[in-house]
Amino acid sequence: MSIVTLRINGVERSDDVEPRMLLVQYLREVAGLTGTHVGCETSICGACTILVDGRAVKSCTQFAVQVNGRSVTTIEGLAADGELDPLQEAFWNEHGLQCGFCTPGMILTAHQLLETHADPDETTIRHAIDGNLCRCTGYHNIVRAIQTAAAQR
Amino acid sequence: MPGVLSVMTGEDLGERLGPLPIRHDIEGLQSPPRYVLARDVTRHVGDALAVVVAETEAQATDALDTITVSYDPLPAVTDLVTAADPSAPRVHAHLATNVSFSKTTRAGDPDREFKNAAVVRSQRLVSQRLVPTAIEPRCVVAEYDRGYEKLTVTTSTQVPHLVRALLGHILQLPEHRVRVVAPEVGGGFGAKLNFYPEEPLLAYLSRELARPVKWTETRTEAFVATTHGRDSICDLEVAADATGRLLAIRATLYQDLGAYLQLSSPHIVSGTAAMITGCYAVEHLDVTLKGVFTNKTTTDAYRGAGRPEATYIIERAMDLIAHAVEADPVEVRRRNFVPVSSFPHTTATGLQYDSGDYAGALDKLLVNADYQKLRSQQTEARQSGRLFGIGLACYVEMCGFGPSAMMAAGGWESCEVEVRRTGKVIVRTGLKPTGQGEETAFAQMVADGLGVDLDDVDVVHGDTDIVGEGVGTFGSRGMVVGGSALARCVDIIREKACRIAGHLLEASASDIVFAEGRLYPRGAPALARPFQEIAEAALVASQLPASIEPGLFAVHYYEPTGLTFPFGAHLAVVEVDEDTGAVTLRRYVAVDDCGTMINPMLVEGQVHGGIAQGVGQALFEHGVYDENGQLVTGSLMDYAVPRARAFPRFELDHTVTPTPVNPLGAKGVGEAGTIGSTPAVVNAVMDALRPRGIEHLDMPLTPERVWRALHPVTP
Repeated sequence: MSIVTLRINGVERSDDVEPRMLLVQYLREVAGLTGTHVGCETSICGACTILVDGRAVKSCTQFAVQVNGRSVTTIEGLAADGELDPLQEAFWNEHGLQCGFCTPGMILTAHQLLETHADPDETTIRHAIDGNLCRCTGYHNIVRAIQTAAAQR
Repeated sequence: MPGVLSVMTGEDLGERLGPLPIRHDIEGLQSPPRYVLARDVTRHVGDALAVVVAETEAQATDALDTITVSYDPLPAVTDLVTAADPSAPRVHAHLATNVSFSKTTRAGDPDREFKNAAVVRSQRLVSQRLVPTAIEPRCVVAEYDRGYEKLTVTTSTQVPHLVRALLGHILQLPEHRVRVVAPEVGGGFGAKLNFYPEEPLLAYLSRELARPVKWTETRTEAFVATTHGRDSICDLEVAADATGRLLAIRATLYQDLGAYLQLSSPHIVSGTAAMITGCYAVEHLDVTLKGVFTNKTTTDAYRGAGRPEATYIIERAMDLIAHAVEADPVEVRRRNFVPVSSFPHTTATGLQYDSGDYAGALDKLLVNADYQKLRSQQTEARQSGRLFGIGLACYVEMCGFGPSAMMAAGGWESCEVEVRRTGKVIVRTGLKPTGQGEETAFAQMVADGLGVDLDDVDVVHGDTDIVGEGVGTFGSRGMVVGGSALARCVDIIREKACRIAGHLLEASASDIVFAEGRLYPRGAPALARPFQEIAEAALVASQLPASIEPGLFAVHYYEPTGLTFPFGAHLAVVEVDEDTGAVTLRRYVAVDDCGTMINPMLVEGQVHGGIAQGVGQALFEHGVYDENGQLVTGSLMDYAVPRARAFPRFELDHTVTPTPVNPLGAKGVGEAGTIGSTPAVVNAVMDALRPRGIEHLDMPLTPERVWRALHPVTP
């Protein structure tokens, strides 16, 4: 067992975990934050995407112990003081989600994109979300939602 | 081993869990039993043969690693046409052949038409095996409460009530003590329209262990143990006259069933046969279908469930005919459309199309796409050697399942609407949406009908203790059947509200106007009472006469009077890179007609997602098996679910041709996008390749496949 200490959504915690425990398992089963989803085990689908020190990371491809001392943001940590993040608002208003399973990962990937690109064009957005699969929306309204959020920020 | 609570094989279960109680009402059908865990023989990769229960997932995984299975290999058959031959290795030893069922439909005099036709074309058309890949894999939690003798199963399903009924049956539990909960489900697409072995298995284990038991499918497991889609071959012959009028169709359809039959497995190919005439008025046909077992994962419903295959067949046929008679693919289709005056139209396959205006949708599409300009662009592009293609598909599909007489376990849908004394409304629907948006559309319908705020309506689904009876979500039936049930409930509540208001306002119910949330006698709007006051009066009941029962609620089980037939016309513009074979989808233009649209944004969402899946079949996806029955495309690394970069924006538009079949006029739209897009894209690629003399290529039109056709190796 190993101790992992980190900040999740601004709150510090410390847990004793098996070294083989994946970060996504840790977030869901130990920290109880089930907004991060598991859609595959080959790092393709992106449903597990979170932010580690502000950078989008697939949490299925990290061990929990690898984020020792780091700061993690999950979908639960995006809304500040009960106010939805512009991305969350935009996904809602633009029908950028249907079943919602890919959505937390999609939003966090988009979050990193918008931190680095104030006004991304369509090609840039589609390239940025290349690592996030969606089976429901055909990506059409996801792209619109990201553009809307970019305009709002 | 530490933490291991139980290990069981099929033999251990013995008679305690019988075969899955799935039956099909098809004459002559061979349907071998399937047990929850395979016993003696496993028939496909993914056919589970043992289960380990442990306190933690890690302990269960470690325990699994210690199991060694000694297999005596049997000859496998994975090629569909080979499997249909009587000499093929048998998937089920006790059956004479692998053919589970066979049926022929004939209409008119196809032999005469073929003999006299100016044009006859043959083509083998393959609808390749697909893996539905909802992003949420399946998961099941079973809890048997010994005190209440009650089983609760939480499962990622499209059909909680069916799962409840079948759990009761296989576990010999009274159905009223079984609860199935399907909370938010992360996509279904038909792959969760089923009763899977894990559901009764976990229920059994939970009862035996007196502990809740949970299982979550890995993606690798999903690839082999969740049903696949499509996998059918059509040997097609079409006869046409010199102007391109379609005279007759001959087709042999082979459906790869996989190793076992699950809920709808044998019905997919019969849907294909039924819809094979598409939008066209063809009267002569001879269609034989055969369902064949192979040593692969079971095939079952996947978005479109037989109708994408039919549309692919007939729309490729229309292009083949157009090329044969050297006419524009648009004109050939026009020549063959069932005209508006023909509706309701009975097809040669015996279906009654409700309403349609195929030319209307096509006309709108051509305007929106600026078809003439596209053809000019193509001419220019071809002059500079570019492979630029325009592809068309006109589709009609059957959905809104369906009249109970044609369904195995009921085709109605339930709805309950209750109004609280505060005027808030709760809707309970037997549907099980997985993102289609009935929570919004149904709230809209209630807000519209009762004059309440959208936010004051809650729509509840997915728990069989809360919604006592229902059928579920599949076959584009949500708004059509579930919405029609809701519409009736709203009418019932309106009618009762008027009766109560009439009593309170001393007018007859028929003189009460109920508009914008207020009720008043005609001509006396100053006396208006808000709907909430009527609801309160209904429940406080102190002023109700004996003739009016307290409460303001409605229950309706809506029985469809027929199937519905949405239709449309789609157009794809592609460019093929001659050096790499890569296909770029440049534009996608669609006109869809789903009848009345309650919420256009939700309708478009369904079309977007449907188009993406259809494009996936045309260009990217293929569930590939090797000759030993190994699923070679066994993970997302090899199975190409399309990504955002594959698509342009979809240009959508609509015509509205209401159906007379239900009070809403709604035809359904959940699968339509998938049905129109696959042939539109394939036709576009083949159009792009025409200058190189390539007549037909099978899907998926991957760069390799296209490149090989463009650069044939001459020995």
